[in-house]
Amino acid sequence: MVTKLPKVPVVVVGMGWAGGIVSAELTKAGISVVGLERGKDRTTADYAMGHDELRYQHRQELMQDLSKETITYRNTVSGKALPMRHYGTFIVGDGVGGAGSHWNGQTYRFLPYDFEIRTKTIERYGIEKIPAWMEGLNDWGITYDEMEPYYDTFEKMAGISGETVELWGKRTNPYPTPPLVKTQLMKEFEKAATSFGYKPFVIPAANLSESYTNPDGISRGACQYCAYCENFGCEYGAKGDPAVTVIPVAKQTGKLDLRTHSNVLELTKSGGKADGVIYVDMLTGEKFEQPADVVVVASYVFNNSRLLLNSGIGTPYDPKTGKGTIGKNYCYQVTAGGSQLFFEDREFNLYGGAGALGIEIAEYMGDNFDHAEVDFLHGAGIRSTQYGDRPIAVNRVPAGTPAWGAEFKEKSIKYANSNFPVKTQGASLPHKENYLDLDPEFKDEFGYPLLRMTYEYTDNDRAMGKYMSAITRKFAEEIGADIIDTNEVQAPFNVNKDGNTHNTGGVIMGTDPEKSALNTYLQMWEAENVFVLGASAFPHNSCFNPTGTLGALSYRAAEGIQKYLKEGGLLVKA
Amino acid sequence: MSEQEKKESVLDKRSSRRTFIKNSGLTVGGVVLGGALGSLLIKDDKSTTHNTDTQNHAKTPIANPNIALMFFTPNQYQITQAAVERIFPEDANGPGAKELNAAVYIDHQLAGPWGSNVKDYRLGAFYKAEENQGPQTKLLRKDLFLAGLDSLNKYSNDQYKADFKELEATQQDEVLLAFSEDKVELYGKVSSSQFFSLLRTLTIEGVYADPMYGGNNEMVGWSMRKYPGSRMQYVAEIQDEKFIELEPQSLNSHMGH
Ligand SMILES: Cc1cc2nc3c(=O)[nH]c(=O)nc-3n(C[C@H](O)[C@H](O)[C@H](O)COP(=O)(O)OP(=O)(O)OC[C@H]3O[C@@H](n4cnc5c(N)ncnc54)[C@H](O)[C@@H]3O)c2cc1C
Ligand code: SF4
Repeated sequence: MVTKLPKVPVVVVGMGWAGGIVSAELTKAGISVVGLERGKDRTTADYAMGHDELRYQHRQELMQDLSKETITYRNTVSGKALPMRHYGTFIVGDGVGGAGSHWNGQTYRFLPYDFEIRTKTIERYGIEKIPAWMEGLNDWGITYDEMEPYYDTFEKMAGISGETVELWGKRTNPYPTPPLVKTQLMKEFEKAATSFGYKPFVIPAANLSESYTNPDGISRGACQYCAYCENFGCEYGAKGDPAVTVIPVAKQTGKLDLRTHSNVLELTKSGGKADGVIYVDMLTGEKFEQPADVVVVASYVFNNSRLLLNSGIGTPYDPKTGKGTIGKNYCYQVTAGGSQLFFEDREFNLYGGAGALGIEIAEYMGDNFDHAEVDFLHGAGIRSTQYGDRPIAVNRVPAGTPAWGAEFKEKSIKYANSNFPVKTQGASLPHKENYLDLDPEFKDEFGYPLLRMTYEYTDNDRAMGKYMSAITRKFAEEIGADIIDTNEVQAPFNVNKDGNTHNTGGVIMGTDPEKSALNTYLQMWEAENVFVLGASAFPHNSCFNPTGTLGALSYRAAEGIQKYLKEGGLLVKA
Repeated sequence: MSEQEKKESVLDKRSSRRTFIKNSGLTVGGVVLGGALGSLLIKDDKSTTHNTDTQNHAKTPIANPNIALMFFTPNQYQITQAAVERIFPEDANGPGAKELNAAVYIDHQLAGPWGSNVKDYRLGAFYKAEENQGPQTKLLRKDLFLAGLDSLNKYSNDQYKADFKELEATQQDEVLLAFSEDKVELYGKVSSSQFFSLLRTLTIEGVYADPMYGGNNEMVGWSMRKYPGSRMQYVAEIQDEKFIELEPQSLNSHMGH
């Protein structure tokens, strides 16, 4: 039995960054919002026993419960997808704050090149530079200059700490707080980078470099470099987390009806619109129907595609014909080409650090270097980071060391404080056979099909990884490491091993309803009262972590929703 | 306290515990088990008088009540102790996984929700996985571990005519190597490397997780690698050019704030 509830103006599915931002903006404007979140409510008090590596990092305390739902995975279109039964590459968020509670906080803007990638690539290199399999590579329908004010708003809300980088798009304002401190490891990188003529910068961070009060009046303390950041919540509130920024603001308006343990199963529809959502109370099992004028889907990349597909909203993407849009242009992040440095007689204070603490160069990002002579597009950030090396997770040993036994013990202890990586973080461009759809066999605990991911690294990724490996090697040699292990080859994607949760695409934005699911307000072409928020809207992934950009787009979507509530109709003409 | 002094004081405590163990004669693999000790005393108690029990207790040094078995039989516990010690052996740096109570840690983990895979996806059919699809086995971690222990013994007997825990260290290494390389039939279609990988993961966790979980005895796992455990901040340390060694602190130090 499903209990039908009274209609509301806006229902938001998911209370992470995307859902939190849109809830804060709408409720501040006086609009009532029902926020549905499958997990529990969270505040800073939840993190009092936060420095527990086992519980948070290895038993995934803050992450979604895979016994209820997961994704299935296969490398190629002809393979059989199987469920990711345990963690796992993707450590998806759960509960108020979403993955924004346990993220690192590296907060970037994408490059002007990203937003007009097709046009700019053709301008500089000609159409031949884009391989046939990458035909999904498209402009986003919005320019960097149009995005700039939204980035600015997101950065001020979260209090991003950083320094202006010359090779990125122009800023109207400096970062709201100065960059984080430089550690010895970062100084080593800096010295090497400067000697090559590069201009290193400290990574922009949502770990506050100093105490800060944002335009909403939220005050937070400075980061203590406590090293329990990535995978953990911040006991100081120093990490920008929706649960300590936008959600309290929305709560304070009195206009947010936050319902936790509320798992949305599907959207209901009639005509070309959604009527509302059906959700289940995860504690009692009761089912409800919540009608709404506007449905905001902000349930992370995976469930954004899955909910639409399970509800029959939008046209599913077909990799054979290239037709349809839902599930299209799934992209990831490429991290091949790193070098691992080991030192015989130097020790660094690696036990300390923060989730976004690091240093990087921009010279090999996007189109900041000439691609005429290379066989790939876009690029990578070359970087060293200091998150705080925790002892269960981090046991780096030189290549060739056994994974256990006397030699393993000796080397893992010897190098515990005497190593660091020079890494890459590279862009991921669309391949027509990398996509998301519904699994034909596996179901969630309520009987709805799981999301199926078909994904493999591309020729672009492999060529880029190889190219970047020469640069990280050059850094390692200049820094003077005693042992250098360089990874030149991008291994096949492995759903239990690869190391980040930077998924993008599936419900992408653009200018053409044949090629994209959303317009630039993240409004669905095929269902005008449905707005789909998150990195799912990115037509490709840049060489950056995604959240700065999805945060900026959420502010733009909030603007669009207000306009839609007043005027109705599609906000952009196709 | 200097690093050296600290190690010595840990050793002192260990040797006094050993003395007690030897005297009581009630041990499972070198560690006192509160439960076993208690039940025997109670048995004694019935045949003698109440006073003996009280006197016995009064003489007993305070043992760590966390050291008791929730899951293993004493024999399974001893095989585990022998195996973890080969994964992370005692050496010049300090004690191995056995002394660090990694086997106690493993016992407690397998007894809990993680041992029964409660947060894992377990619906649908279990097919054979391709290389990159992650393990697809229906066997629960706790059952996989026990099957692994049985196989360790069976394989040791086949190869060396003795149980695993009776073998020389180098023979134990040979056995574990064979397991890690998938050379041993385990249970149904389950590969021995799956068990080995579980054993290795649990050993590292047992050496380095917060001591409240039962391993990382006296935080020596941490101090061996100069890891300070869970402290509230490192603002000064991370900016220092020199390495700064701090004494480890456990989560217990966060209580009562
Ligand atoms: C360990 C880690 C480190 C990261 N580090 C960085 C970083 O340094 N920089 C960066 O830019 N990004 C980083 N990311 C990525 C970043 O966390 C995400 O991009 C961001 O949090 C996504 O925000 P979101 O609102 O789209 O989704 P989420 O934060 O995932 O929020 C979605 C919410 O929806 C809820 N939900 C899902 N399905 C349903 C349903 N059916 N019904 C009801 N509720 C539902 C979920 O429980 C969740 O709370 C990291 C991610 C991880 C896991
Ligand atoms: S490193 Fe800084 S921001 Fe991260 S959890 Fe610790 S104090 Fe908070």
